Amino acid sequence: MIEYALLFAFSCYGLALLMNIYRIIQSPGPGDRILALDTLVINAIALLALFGILEGTTVYFEASMIIAMTGFISTVSFTRFMLRGDIIE
Amino acid sequence: MIIEILITACLVISGIFGLVGSFGLLKLPDPMMRLHAPTKATTLGVGGALVASMLYMHFINGNFSFHELMITLFLFLTAPVTGNFIAKTHLHLNHKARDLPPTGTDRPWASYESDAMREKIEAEQDATAN
Repeated sequence: MIEYALLFAFSCYGLALLMNIYRIIQSPGPGDRILALDTLVINAIALLALFGILEGTTVYFEASMIIAMTGFISTVSFTRFMLRGDIIE
Repeated sequence: MIIEILITACLVISGIFGLVGSFGLLKLPDPMMRLHAPTKATTLGVGGALVASMLYMHFINGNFSFHELMITLFLFLTAPVTGNFIAKTHLHLNHKARDLPPTGTDRPWASYESDAMREKIEAEQDATAN
């Protein structure tokens, strides 16, 4: 039962990643592009957690923690650059 | 058996929420509406996946860890910050301050860090426009 649910969740997140990539390529403005990148990072974290369930190890949580941190920092620096034209003043 | 049903439910809910969040990013008409879909739904989707992972590791693999809760907590703390920053970017890029509706207080819309900075930048923009 868990295997089928895992397959379902994997395909959902795969489809979500494809939608995000489409939105990054074809976007009405820079704000939407940054938002799509942020969503891409969050979906990647979920995909990594699902892969950890599939493999049955806890190794991937450190990796997803690091991805979460770099995703947050990069989103903040992108928006900061759009707002001020500079990241560290 | 109950644990398996619980893990399956968490996985399915997480997948549906992740998909709906990214679909909303494509489908919603207004930029502010598009901001709503991923920052709420995807965070819940990741939360479901991480709770399912924690239950699986504890009850089926037999090693319990708090790491998933750390990631969930980190995402719940950072999602409002990134949402606020992206909303500020949208206001800054697509709207002039004088076109926005009144805030109802003395303070204007916070798309710059201070009022003096806002007046300076808008004066520069007006000078280049004229």
